Amino acid sequence: MNRIQSVLEQDKKLLSIYFTAGFPNLNDTVSILKQLEASGVDMIELGLPFSDPLADGPTIQESSTQALRNGMTTDKLFDQLKDVRKHVNVPLIVMGYFNPMMQYGVERFCQRCQGVGIDGLIIPDLPVDVYHEKYKALFQQYGLLNMFLITPQTPDERIRFIDEVSEGFIYMVSSAATTGAQSSFGDAQADYFKRIGAMNLNAKLLVGFGISNAETYEAATAHSKGAIIGSAFIKHLEANGADSVSDFVTQIR
Amino acid sequence: MNTYNVNEKGYYGDFGGAYIPEMLYPNVEELRQSYLEITAQADFKAEFDQLLKDYVGRPTPLYFASRLSEKYNTKIYLKREDLCHTGAHKINNTIGQILLAKRLGKNRIIAETGAGQHGVATATVCALMGIECIVYMGELDIKRQAPNVARMKMLGAEVRSAQSGSKTLKDSTNEAIRDWINNPVDTHYIIGSVVGPHPYPDMVARFQAIISEECKTQLQEFEGRDYPDHVIACVGGGSNAAGIYYHYLDDPRVNIIAVEAAGKGIDSGESAATSALGKEGVIHGSKTLLMQTPDGQITEPYSISAGLDYPGVGPMHAHLYRSQRAEFVSIPDQEAMDWGLSLSQMEGIIPAIETAHAFALLDERKFEPNDVLLFNCSGRGDKDLETYIDYFKL
Repeated sequence: MNRIQSVLEQDKKLLSIYFTAGFPNLNDTVSILKQLEASGVDMIELGLPFSDPLADGPTIQESSTQALRNGMTTDKLFDQLKDVRKHVNVPLIVMGYFNPMMQYGVERFCQRCQGVGIDGLIIPDLPVDVYHEKYKALFQQYGLLNMFLITPQTPDERIRFIDEVSEGFIYMVSSAATTGAQSSFGDAQADYFKRIGAMNLNAKLLVGFGISNAETYEAATAHSKGAIIGSAFIKHLEANGADSVSDFVTQIR
Repeated sequence: MNTYNVNEKGYYGDFGGAYIPEMLYPNVEELRQSYLEITAQADFKAEFDQLLKDYVGRPTPLYFASRLSEKYNTKIYLKREDLCHTGAHKINNTIGQILLAKRLGKNRIIAETGAGQHGVATATVCALMGIECIVYMGELDIKRQAPNVARMKMLGAEVRSAQSGSKTLKDSTNEAIRDWINNPVDTHYIIGSVVGPHPYPDMVARFQAIISEECKTQLQEFEGRDYPDHVIACVGGGSNAAGIYYHYLDDPRVNIIAVEAAGKGIDSGESAATSALGKEGVIHGSKTLLMQTPDGQITEPYSISAGLDYPGVGPMHAHLYRSQRAEFVSIPDQEAMDWGLSLSQMEGIIPAIETAHAFALLDERKFEPNDVLLFNCSGRGDKDLETYIDYFKL
């Protein structure tokens, strides 16, 4: 069983943390991964930086720009990760845009992911239809799960289709927005979480976008399996440096 | 029948599609499902045609350029899109999209702009309809294109500075897309070229297709046949080219020529010749040819003409290039600038620098005396005066 599937079966709410590989410094990647695991997070999303991240708000955009300026590349990421499975046991997901993967060669990219022990991918600009038609077999061959996003505007019928195609979790985007921290959620979000929760989907739901603190984490996980934090963690790294990971995680839960 | 136009899935050969984040799916899907139906409705067509006639000033003339024809010993026709209201073909598309947006019940318009021409054309139609308009423009472009920023403001639009990335056209497009993600219900995004996710490339091409539709009638009058031997246009994203090629795409008698900006030279590292320098990839929701690093990071193109420095081309043009249906030629800054002067002094037409690139083909190719050449004179040079002044020390 894939590590993502195992952790989704555990009887607890999950905390997944996103950070951009190569940020704040080029070689911080593995150190941050180790600290995240030691702090008790359940899953980690590793961002492959891209020049034009159109689903991201300013915080993650800037971290991508910085990582690229630091010299981050796809090859460097795989080099940094070559021994990661000696130290880190939680599921690892690579989150990145499709163009760098295309240039690397989608099959070669999947092969290298499997080689270093990546469990899944999140590719915001690879639509579920194209994945289903063209890439599913390839991802399966290399043991990679692909996670899809839904938003408050996604029609029910499409959510059912995404549920059918999903083997890992569904990434539930908290509001109509690009990525970015919010300090609280409103009624509309609570209604949306409830509405999707009531659809009784096969796939587990993890809520992301806008989660920044214990309060939003609680609200997000009340009707879902877990929550994903990205921008708030990036801001923390920016302010406190790459050795301060556990301070952040302990504030959340 | 083999066609060079879009297929029912939104692809031109290998290119096109809709590589968009799920957050954009409902907006793009709504457009995809409705654009053909709405634009085919009688009341839509009537309003579109009326505005093109009374407001834009269509049909634009087809002009036989006698001095140029004599000099190059061939028959040269100019489709005068530079005479459109706001000074370029861009407004054909913004008129079409604003009418579509109204019928979709949208009350807020966003757009991206590089040099500001599309921003002005969008601000214009929003003023015409009394709809809120927000134009994203790269921070650097705002500084470089002050007169167009002022025009947009006079027209009542809000110009927002795109501060991310390289702070130019591609970044203003990213910002507009992010705005749309954040405002999915009330907002329509008017893209200015034949780029972006399906159905945009096809929708914009259809609104610009009026250009070649008129050419057919006009050439018939001049030449007794409704097609040229060669149709020539400059290509940045490619909307003026898509418009003048449109009705000739599947006509094998017509040779299609696309002129890109070589900037300081194809191998100089400062160029916008996407067909020569680009590789297949995904930009702004479309699979196409684009300029990028070996690692798949999108690079910043360069041309002296702000309207041609887009790192990709529309998927229609990527397909025309790969299938060899069209010839692609690239012209360096210097030749384009010289042609800005030549066209001014030989025909009394000061062209946009983008447009001047297309005419520079005349020094690159030899044509037969009986060949009929159809050039898209896509925009006028007013907006480029400052560049011309600096360059020629006028």
